[in-house]
Amino acid sequence: MKICRECFYDVFEEEVHSCIIDNQLFKPGERVAIGASGGKDSTVLAYVLSELNRRHNYGLDLFLLSIDEGITGYRDDSLETVKRNEAQYGLPLKVVSYKDLYGWTMDEIVKMIGLKNNCTFCGVFRRQALDRGAAMLKVDKLVTGHNADDIAETVLLNILRGDIARYNLYFLGTRIPLLPLLLHFDNCFCCETLTVPFTYAYFKRLDYFSTECIYSPNAYRGFAREFIKDLERIRPRAILDIIKSGESFRIATSTKMPEQGTCERCGYISSQKWCKACVLLHGLNRGLPKLGIGRSRGHDNDECKKEAKQTTEGKEIQGKPCGTLDF
Amino acid sequence: MSCSKPSCQSGGCNKYDDDQQPSSPTKPQISINGGLSDLNRRQTPQNPNVCVKCKLNDAVAGGVAGGGEYGRFCVDCFRGSLFGKFRFSVTSCGMIAPTDKVLVAFSAGPCSRVALQFVHEMQDKAQKNLDASRDKSLPVFGVGVVFIDESSVRCVPTAEADKAIQHIKSVVSDLATPEKSLHVAPLESIYALNPTDGKEQLRKLLDAISDNTGKEDVLSHLRMLCLQKVAVENGYTQLVLGSCTSTIARHVLSATVKGQGYSLPADIQYVDARWQVPVLLPLRDCLAQELNMLCQLDGWKTIAMANGSQSGINALVSSFVSLLQEENPSRECTIVRTAGKLTPFSFNRLPDTDDPKARLASQKRQKKFNIKSDESNPLESFCSLCNSPLHPSDSSSLGSISSDQPSAESFDATFCSSCRFQILPDDPSSVDQFHSLLPQAITSRAAISNGTCDHRVLREKIQDFLLSDSDDGS
Repeated sequence: MKICRECFYDVFEEEVHSCIIDNQLFKPGERVAIGASGGKDSTVLAYVLSELNRRHNYGLDLFLLSIDEGITGYRDDSLETVKRNEAQYGLPLKVVSYKDLYGWTMDEIVKMIGLKNNCTFCGVFRRQALDRGAAMLKVDKLVTGHNADDIAETVLLNILRGDIARYNLYFLGTRIPLLPLLLHFDNCFCCETLTVPFTYAYFKRLDYFSTECIYSPNAYRGFAREFIKDLERIRPRAILDIIKSGESFRIATSTKMPEQGTCERCGYISSQKWCKACVLLHGLNRGLPKLGIGRSRGHDNDECKKEAKQTTEGKEIQGKPCGTLDF
Repeated sequence: MSCSKPSCQSGGCNKYDDDQQPSSPTKPQISINGGLSDLNRRQTPQNPNVCVKCKLNDAVAGGVAGGGEYGRFCVDCFRGSLFGKFRFSVTSCGMIAPTDKVLVAFSAGPCSRVALQFVHEMQDKAQKNLDASRDKSLPVFGVGVVFIDESSVRCVPTAEADKAIQHIKSVVSDLATPEKSLHVAPLESIYALNPTDGKEQLRKLLDAISDNTGKEDVLSHLRMLCLQKVAVENGYTQLVLGSCTSTIARHVLSATVKGQGYSLPADIQYVDARWQVPVLLPLRDCLAQELNMLCQLDGWKTIAMANGSQSGINALVSSFVSLLQEENPSRECTIVRTAGKLTPFSFNRLPDTDDPKARLASQKRQKKFNIKSDESNPLESFCSLCNSPLHPSDSSSLGSISSDQPSAESFDATFCSSCRFQILPDDPSSVDQFHSLLPQAITSRAAISNGTCDHRVLREKIQDFLLSDSDDGS
């Protein structure tokens, strides 16, 4: 599709708008938090949503919600970007830090456990931190800048590691706990995916932060990313086809789904006795950081079973390497 | 089911090993030394290179690095374990009954070479049993071999193609009795035309497809049609393919990438009976590396056909899986196992046979490993080109077509969305011409599925007059 810059803005904004209207994502008067990392996706989301809110009178109270993982040289810089966005778009910003919530920064965690499995901690903690931050802001909904690439990547990674049952959870949105909905960009696009927010941000000269997380040397996920980029080069619609496949997988109704309960320790939503964040935190505090990480023992088969069993919050939200994390 | 599952080898090949090595010197030794030393022995093997199974011979050199189990087994145990996987799949699904006539698709590559060998060994064993039995009640299943000659579309020099066919002939004739008939079918024989016109038609068809991936996929659909044709014409009851875990893992990902997630489980089961002659994949649990290794060890000559280098999606997926497999040797198994959790279709098992003998032979095992398929919707509609079951959202557009529309349009409507995109011409006006290039096997299938669609429309029309299930006439 060849369009000029102005039309591109229109098409893109119109697509987000119709996605919101068609799916009745919001009601007037609602408080909505935008998960903002300072990266391009969430920056575009924040900009477009505030713009559309004004233009179409959605009547929403918008907030920026950022998570401070405590990664020196990465998150502190990207938070500066979010703070500038706060001023630029006139949206109040709430920053929730791992240090406050859990008593640990990612720097400290990495110091303890090294660069293996650190993304597991980060992903689990972030998912919960987002919900806790949203609860503090007393918002009705939380929107994230996940795009089609992220979701396609999740579909592929799930096949590669043996978790078919996760699709349902993800796509039907039953795993979204305190807040009823996450807005996904994948609903909005019919062709270009990752490049759209990027192009939009670039041309609109939006202020965003683009550096890889210093703690995400995740080769395995990197393979999948590369693969998706190569696919997109040959066949742009492959990404949407992957999502379509993920949505139409025939999953037996008898497949055991985790039941939603509450964590006995912190009261947060959990499918197990303790939520994953508590398990991980418990391990950290006791000096046994491997506790709760499925990969530490057993061979591949057990590992997959265990991983499936331990399905708890947050993993899917890790849609991308921590590098470009936009919630 | 999976090849890394311990039960799948130990259950299958223990017996096989007993046949092969009835007197293993280790066994008496263990019983003399008693349980404790036996335990010690297991925990600390003196020789790290010794076979983990018989603990007698040296393991095959090469290591586990490439995936597969040949690094841990000796040659005999390795062969036994592969044959065990093969036999497990054959027996658990009741694939082959004594009265069957099995056609093995043979490409001269390692996977189909092993498939042919194993089917032959199984037949050989059945023959020996027959010779030994008194009442001769169970006949031996028949075996035939088919080679699809694709040289006309692959631009292979005639000399090379002839050489390949010579090789295949010698392989088949070198197998011991019972003799197996070999069918060599050129791909263009799917057209009911003379060879020259058929070639021309085939070339035109492929030229009409702009997408490289689409072209490759059409070729593989045509190959299946050709195999089916040979099987039907020669009265075969089963078609055995050499698809192994590695091939299937690649198919899982490429189907996902092409948006065929719904129909995917249809293609990756041991049995696929949506075709006139059911298709069997008994090597589903074996890795390509293992099969390659077996061919090397046993000195079975294989030739790599000039299959034309793949390009597009299929090639990309293939190199991606190879990369992952290098990083983790069990990745291919994991992919197939994951996809194996998807619900198969009702046609993913053999239809019930009328032959009581055959039924009796397989019933016992079948009960145990009966696959759970989705029984609620046995009336799937299928894509007329790739024959994959259509997702309800795809096929719902079918129902809306009224029968008085022009043929080309209703023909178009029976394609799955993936075929529509990568195979059908973009320009609607050239669809008619494209239609004329397709072999009759496809167009007649389209007509049939349109027929069922008419049936549905008819049913809707007379809905008010039909008795509902709850109306029991009272």
